[in-house]
Amino acid sequence: MTEKVESTKKVKIPRHDMPCQEPQVRAHNFEEVALGYAQETAVEEAKRCLQCKNPKCVTGCPVSVMIPEFIKKIAEGDFQEAGNVLKVKNSLPAVCGRVCPQEAQCESKCILGIKGESVAIGRLERFAADFGMQSGKSEVVKPQSSGKRVAIIGAGPAGLACAGDLAKAGHAVTVFEALHVAGGVLMYGIPQFRLPKEIVQTEIDNLKQMGVEILTNQVVGKITSVDELMENGYDAVFIGTGAGLPYFMDIPGENLNGVYSANEFLTRTNLMKGYKFPEYATPVKVGKNVAVLGAGNVAMDSARTALRLGAENVYIIYRRSRDEMPARKEELEHAEEEGIQFRLLTNPVAIEGDERGWVKSLTCLRYELGEPDASGRRAPVAIKGSEFEIPMDTVVVAIGQGPNPLVTTSTPGLELNKRGNIVADPETLVTSKPGVFAGGDIVTGAATVILAMGAGKKAAAGIDEYLKGK
Amino acid sequence: MYHVVKKRLLATGIALLEVNAPAVAAKVEPGQFVIVRLDELSERIPLTVMDFDREKGTITIVIQDVGYSSAIITGMNEGDEFQDFVGPLGVASEIENYGTVVCIGGGLGIAPVHPIARALKEAGNHVISVLGSRSADLLILEDEMRAASSEVVIATNDGSQGVKGFVTDGLAEVLAQGHQVKAIWAIGPMIMMKAVVDYTRSLGIKTIVSMNPIMVDGTGMCGACRISVGNETKFACVDGPEFDGHLVDFDLAMKRLAFYKDEENRAKARLECNHEGGHH
Repeated sequence: MTEKVESTKKVKIPRHDMPCQEPQVRAHNFEEVALGYAQETAVEEAKRCLQCKNPKCVTGCPVSVMIPEFIKKIAEGDFQEAGNVLKVKNSLPAVCGRVCPQEAQCESKCILGIKGESVAIGRLERFAADFGMQSGKSEVVKPQSSGKRVAIIGAGPAGLACAGDLAKAGHAVTVFEALHVAGGVLMYGIPQFRLPKEIVQTEIDNLKQMGVEILTNQVVGKITSVDELMENGYDAVFIGTGAGLPYFMDIPGENLNGVYSANEFLTRTNLMKGYKFPEYATPVKVGKNVAVLGAGNVAMDSARTALRLGAENVYIIYRRSRDEMPARKEELEHAEEEGIQFRLLTNPVAIEGDERGWVKSLTCLRYELGEPDASGRRAPVAIKGSEFEIPMDTVVVAIGQGPNPLVTTSTPGLELNKRGNIVADPETLVTSKPGVFAGGDIVTGAATVILAMGAGKKAAAGIDEYLKGK
Repeated sequence: MYHVVKKRLLATGIALLEVNAPAVAAKVEPGQFVIVRLDELSERIPLTVMDFDREKGTITIVIQDVGYSSAIITGMNEGDEFQDFVGPLGVASEIENYGTVVCIGGGLGIAPVHPIARALKEAGNHVISVLGSRSADLLILEDEMRAASSEVVIATNDGSQGVKGFVTDGLAEVLAQGHQVKAIWAIGPMIMMKAVVDYTRSLGIKTIVSMNPIMVDGTGMCGACRISVGNETKFACVDGPEFDGHLVDFDLAMKRLAFYKDEENRAKARLECNHEGGHH
C-alpha cells in the first residue's frame, strides 16, 4: 500500500531536464551540447526511480545494464559505486549515456512512463559514468589468464564491447583497427558536440588497462587475413567491421565537387578535426547553402556539423514526412532548435554543377503521402511537374551505409547474405567458419551503437563458451 | 616505429624515403599504395610505393614538395618517424607474361611504375620503359628503371635528354620500331595519363593507369576518391588504383582533384610564414 502511495507521488514529480548550451550559442561551436546533470539534480532524478522488484527497464537494454542498482547508488549519493555497477555490464557507459536511444529502449519500459514521464535513465547513466571518469578511480580487476587468444577485427562499438567482456573472462585480446585511432564510428562518425572524443578515448584507455591490446593502422584483408590470424595462434576471431561503405543516391551530379558522403564529411570533421583547419591539416568546406539528403541520426549529425562549420542555410531533404523520420526525437529537436531547415516530402532528383564541376544547385521534386507500403509507412508519391531548384554549395548524402567488403571478401568460407552482410547465429554469433564470430552492423546492416555493443557482448559469451570447449 | 631508414634527394624538391614498416613490406605488391600521417595535426596522405624490401622490412616512397604536407615530409631526415603508416592498400597490378609491354612513368609517376616494370620483367615480359620529365635535371630513378626494364626511352619537354617532347612522343618512337605492344602501364600526372590513353585508344592497345585522387581513409569508407570508369562510379582506393585508362573520365577526375586548391594554398602559405620566423 505504501509502495502504491509512493509511486503515485513519484509519478507527479516531473523528470529533470538536461541542461544544454543555448541553441544560438551552440550552433557555432563544437563543444558538447548537453552539459550533464549537476549532483543534486542527479540525486533528485534518481529518487524518482521506483526500484521495481521486476525491473522492466533492464529488459529494454541490449546489454542488460543493472539499471535499478546503479540508480539506487546515485540516490544514496554513492556516485563512484554507481559507476562501478554500470561497468559490470557495460564497457562504455559514458558513451551509451550520450548516444543510446533510451526513449526506445530502457526508458520506454519504465513503469513511471505509463502515467507520467519515465526516469531519465540515460542522463543518470551519463552522470555516473562521467563521475567515475573524473574521479579517475575506475576499478581494474585483472582476472586469471585463460591462456587463450582472441583477435578482434574493428575497434568500433561491437569490437570494443566484445574485447571488454573477453578480457574480463581472462582471454588475451588483440584488436585490429584499420584507422589510426580506435573507436570506429564513435571517433569518425558521431560529432564532438554530441560525443566528445576525449570521453571515447578515456573509455578505450580503460579497456587497455584491462589488458586489451589495440593495434591501429591494421587493414585486415590487406596486411593480414582472418585465416592468417587463426594460423598465427589466435583461438578465435571476432569480426566487427561495421557498416563502412557509403551509399549514394545514384542521381546525376553526384560526383561534382561539393558532394560528400556523410562518412567523408563527418570523418574529415571529427576524426581529422577539419573544424580546426588550418591548425589541423585536413580541410572540410561547406559554403553558404548545404543540403543533407536523408533524415536519420547520421543526417542530423551532418546537418548540425555543417551549421557549426559556418553554413548559413542547412536543409534536411527527406521524401517522407516528419513522422517517418528515422532520427531520434531528441536529435530532431536539437537540430530544429539550432535552425536546421526541414524540407520534407521532398526528394532530390539531380545535382547541378557549374563549369568548374562544383555544385551549384539541387533540383528536387515534391511528394505527397499515398497508401501504406511494405514497411507499413505511407509511401511517398511524386507530384508531377513539381520540380524546383534550390541554390546549393554542398550536398551531403546520408542515406545509409553498407558492409565494407575488405574483410568478408578476403575470408573464404564465410557465408554472406545477398546484401553482403555476414550470416551469424543469432545466439552465439558464430559464423559459417569455425572459430570465427561476427556481430554489429556487419551482420545486421547499419543500426545503433548500443545494438552493436549488445552483439559484441553476445559474441564474447559465445566465444568464451567455444574456447572452454577447445 | 615507422622511421626513415634512408633518405636520398632525387632532384630539387623530390625525396626518396625508405621507411621501416615490416608488416606492410611483407605483404605489399606492385601497384599498391600506402597512406601516411606524419603527426597528430597531419592529413592522411596516400603515396605510391616505389620499392619494398621484405627482408629488411622497408617500404620506399618518393615524394615531391608540392603542398603543405608534402613539403614537411620531403624535409624529413633519417631517424624521423611517421606517426602512422597504413598499407598495403588497393588492388595489386595484374602481373603476367603478356609478351612486350610498355611502362610509362611521367615525373613523380616513375616511382610507382618501378616495381611494376620490375615484376613484369621478372614474369618474362620484354619491358620497354618510357620515362618523361620537364628536363634532364628533374628526371628521377633512371638507373633503377634501367635495371627494372629491358629497354628505356627518355623524353624531356625541353629536349635536354632523350626525345624532345612528351611521353607520348617517346611511346610513338617505341611503336615506330615495330614492337607488338600487348599492354601499357601509364602513371603520372592526370593530364599525362589522359594524353596517353587518348593516343592509345585508336591503336587499341590495352592501357592501364593508376589514379591518384583525393583520399581520406583509403579503405572504401568515405568515397572521397570516387571516379567514373565506363560511366560507373568506382572508389579508387579499393577498386583501384589501377583502371582501364580507356574507360576513365579524366576530365571529371581532374576537376575533383582541384577541390581543395584554395585550402592547400592557405596551408602552404602558413607553412612558409612559419619558416620565415613567424612574423605574425
